[in-house]
Amino acid sequence: MSGRDVVLGRVRRALADVPRDESPDDVPVARDYATTHSPADAVETLAENLADYRALVHRADAAALPGLIARLLAERGSRSVVTPPGLPPEWLSGTPEDVRRVADAADATPHDLDAVDSVVTGCALAIAETGTIVLDGGPDQGRRRITLVPDHHICVVRVPDQVVDSVPRALPLLVPDRPLTWISGPSATSDIELDRVEGVHGPRTLEVVLVRA
Amino acid sequence: MRVALFVTCVNDTLYPRTGRAVVSLLERLGVEVEFPVEQSCCGQAQFNSGYRHETEPLVRRFARAFDGFDHIVAPSGSCAAMVRDNYPRIGAKARAEGRGSELADAAASVVPRTHELTEFLVDVLGVTDVGAYYPHSVTYHPTCHGLRMLGLGDRPTRLLRAVKGLELVDLPGAEECCGFGGTFAVKNSAVSSAMGADKARHITSTGAAAVCTVDNSCQMHIGGTLSRLGSPVRPVHIAEILASTEEEQW
Amino acid sequence: MVGTYLGMPAFPEAARDAVRDERLRSNLTHATHTIRDKRAKAVAELPDWGRLRAAGAAIKDRTLRHLDHYLERLEESVTAAGGQVHWAADAREANRIVTRLVRETGEEEVVKVKSMATQEIGLNAALTAAGIRANETDLAELIVQLGDDLPSHILVPAIHRNRGEIRDIFAERMADWGRPAPEGLTDSPRDLAEAARLHLRQKFLNAKVGVSGANFMVAETGTMVVVESEGNGRMCLTLPETLISVVGIEKVVPTWRDLEVFLQLLPRSSTAERMNPYTSMWTGTTEGDGPRTFHLVLLDNGRTDTLADTVGRQALRCIRCSACLNVCPVYERAGGHAYGSAYPGPIGAILTPQLRGVASELDASLPYASSLCGACYEVCPVAIDIPEALVHLRERVVEGGEVTVRGTRTTVRPARGHAAERAAMRASRWALDHPGVLRAGQRVAGRARRLAPRRLPGPGRAWTDTRDIPALPAESFRDWWRRTREKPTRESGNGTKGAGR
Repeated sequence: MSGRDVVLGRVRRALADVPRDESPDDVPVARDYATTHSPADAVETLAENLADYRALVHRADAAALPGLIARLLAERGSRSVVTPPGLPPEWLSGTPEDVRRVADAADATPHDLDAVDSVVTGCALAIAETGTIVLDGGPDQGRRRITLVPDHHICVVRVPDQVVDSVPRALPLLVPDRPLTWISGPSATSDIELDRVEGVHGPRTLEVVLVRA
Repeated sequence: MRVALFVTCVNDTLYPRTGRAVVSLLERLGVEVEFPVEQSCCGQAQFNSGYRHETEPLVRRFARAFDGFDHIVAPSGSCAAMVRDNYPRIGAKARAEGRGSELADAAASVVPRTHELTEFLVDVLGVTDVGAYYPHSVTYHPTCHGLRMLGLGDRPTRLLRAVKGLELVDLPGAEECCGFGGTFAVKNSAVSSAMGADKARHITSTGAAAVCTVDNSCQMHIGGTLSRLGSPVRPVHIAEILASTEEEQW
Repeated sequence: MVGTYLGMPAFPEAARDAVRDERLRSNLTHATHTIRDKRAKAVAELPDWGRLRAAGAAIKDRTLRHLDHYLERLEESVTAAGGQVHWAADAREANRIVTRLVRETGEEEVVKVKSMATQEIGLNAALTAAGIRANETDLAELIVQLGDDLPSHILVPAIHRNRGEIRDIFAERMADWGRPAPEGLTDSPRDLAEAARLHLRQKFLNAKVGVSGANFMVAETGTMVVVESEGNGRMCLTLPETLISVVGIEKVVPTWRDLEVFLQLLPRSSTAERMNPYTSMWTGTTEGDGPRTFHLVLLDNGRTDTLADTVGRQALRCIRCSACLNVCPVYERAGGHAYGSAYPGPIGAILTPQLRGVASELDASLPYASSLCGACYEVCPVAIDIPEALVHLRERVVEGGEVTVRGTRTTVRPARGHAAERAAMRASRWALDHPGVLRAGQRVAGRARRLAPRRLPGPGRAWTDTRDIPALPAESFRDWWRRTREKPTRESGNGTKGAGR
């Protein structure tokens, strides 16, 4: 007998108390919890919660964005920046040419990425109540590894369009079969005396730019 | 209104003063209390140790002894919780074992009528100032079953705050278990004693003259620890504070 | 401490040693109290917490009552998305499958995301025996691995270690596993985290095989979810070419939408955050992004035996948040190792005796590792009534009865060592069921009260070693009542009314 048959057989015998004609929907699930906790200003709440978990939050309008990105890369001393294939070209239009642009290539190894200083991406959406940005591998976000290996991530969020209130508002907008990465602040650990320390393996600096259309 | 005192076996045997205090308090409030002598024990020690079948005769006895009363009042959070939370479980399990609904019916008949003392005072009688006088500083330890199973909330402290002369002192780490836990106190005596010692340290740090609870079983552990550690704080059941008046101190 | 739970003493003995270890006590008290207060604040931010908790419990119950349906659905979805699904009835089978899958890649090293399931089945030891090195990458798991230690907490496996001890372990042992700790390493958490980053970096960049568990698996879509903080999870889940996830069958949830409940319940209960820093979700494989091969190993290993018990079943709702450990006064003093399994604390006390049975002395002692204070139930985000399950399992220990062991219905005998207690319980129940006997006993005790010793012999010593015993009163309540209130005594009467003081 296969492992599958063994396990499923055991499950069925274990559930002898469940009436044969019961369907999963017969087990009630009351969804009377809030779908949003109604933040008065979702963008402000997003900014506060991101900052609370030590993300650096910046604001700009579309015209000022290239300059801001250039400044953030310069302040960091970045000599190279990896970009996803569909990043709007104007986002880096203010960054001097001597900052090397690295296009994410399928044959680039993790070691190659490790040599890059920064990454600039957009996002799929952002969640105000939890201070979360979600990446779904879209053209302006790229493969998961490019936002993981470099130590400095600049993520651009279009506000208010890309901001939702809550987790229940976010899930229906996301496509499950895309690889998703939910990011709430830079990497952190509480493993030493349950005391939170920011910055372990993921990018230790997360800068979120809220761009007003 | 027919009101029965369920004194509990611990109070009956070891702390009769508490039972007498309840009688005195309720009579002062104009309640005529009866003591059905067929009562014995809720069966908590048996049940919580895994001897559910040994508990069943005590469930039947409880229902029989208190049949016909409008209210059953227990000066113990954990005994009241045993009746309210676990009697229905005992009934349901007996039914699931194909032994009919006799125990489930017995449970259903007593659950809505069973009250811990402070619940009875606040919810049924609607009083928080019982006219008591107790000129001492007191810290209150909310015992676990009263706090979490019954949800007594602030009923005990509302009653205490209304006592003339009483100074209520906050207890650090109040909601942490004292470490009694019935047979736990013996089966895991090292952990139980460590919990008791921490509780005693917190109690002593309040500088209060007395520590008050709604459960003499926990009090036996707390008081025994305080006394062994040489703490001057004395344990006292809430009924004895509420029964005290200018004329008569308990 | 050696890297196995086998042969550990029963809980009370292990706990007695832990209680005496003052450094351990202070490490645990510090850590658990820190997180306790934070959790309370994070939960208080959501006014609908109680409704989320009820929904979480209900979704898990729906899943468990129809687990076969959802597992088949999950298998279908994962397969359709390019994953391969394997089924393991027990630890040995799961270890064999994983070992084979790693061998097929030709690799001799894997990077691991912290996973309770692989800890439970002893995967690292099995891989080591097969010549495969398993590198733990979670900071706390790294501390445990470098220290040849055992995890003592679900979320923070090295909670029993303070920063000074961690510094020493890093300084002494990192070189044996790869890049040594930096010279002059201090005990500041920031420096320790940096040392771990440097040590593990090369391992991540070179890794060809990743091994993980999962927090949730969505039946409807085949999506796997891993929540984490450090980014080691993202590294292991995205950089290797092959990913093997070992996941307990109870981790399935029916729908994508159900995540809206658990992604609110878990972070706030676990790390006391609104959201943990990183959550990874993947569905099978994705062309050009992440592992090219994905294996899902579905693990039973006692879960179906647990499922067969209609009361004990609720333990399978657990989402491994560890809130129950952090509030437990017993865990705080006994430490995690005393529980003798990958699952310490209150949840371990009800899960381990169900996954492994109660045949060993240790496993039979776990249901008693609680004062039944109920703090665990209060904080549990999926409303597992742990005290109820503990008492239920105590009954199994002392009364035996029908249980399922490795899928087969069987009757177990009462555990040994409870004969005296059983006799005492019977005798006391008999006395309590005969108030006349009870009264006689009270009178004898009352008369003999001056003879009562301060220290009791035998089992009573466990009480009187640390606590005084109350003075026996001269007169029981019931005798006082009869003496002062009486109309003629009538044992069978319904009640006797008070008649003056």
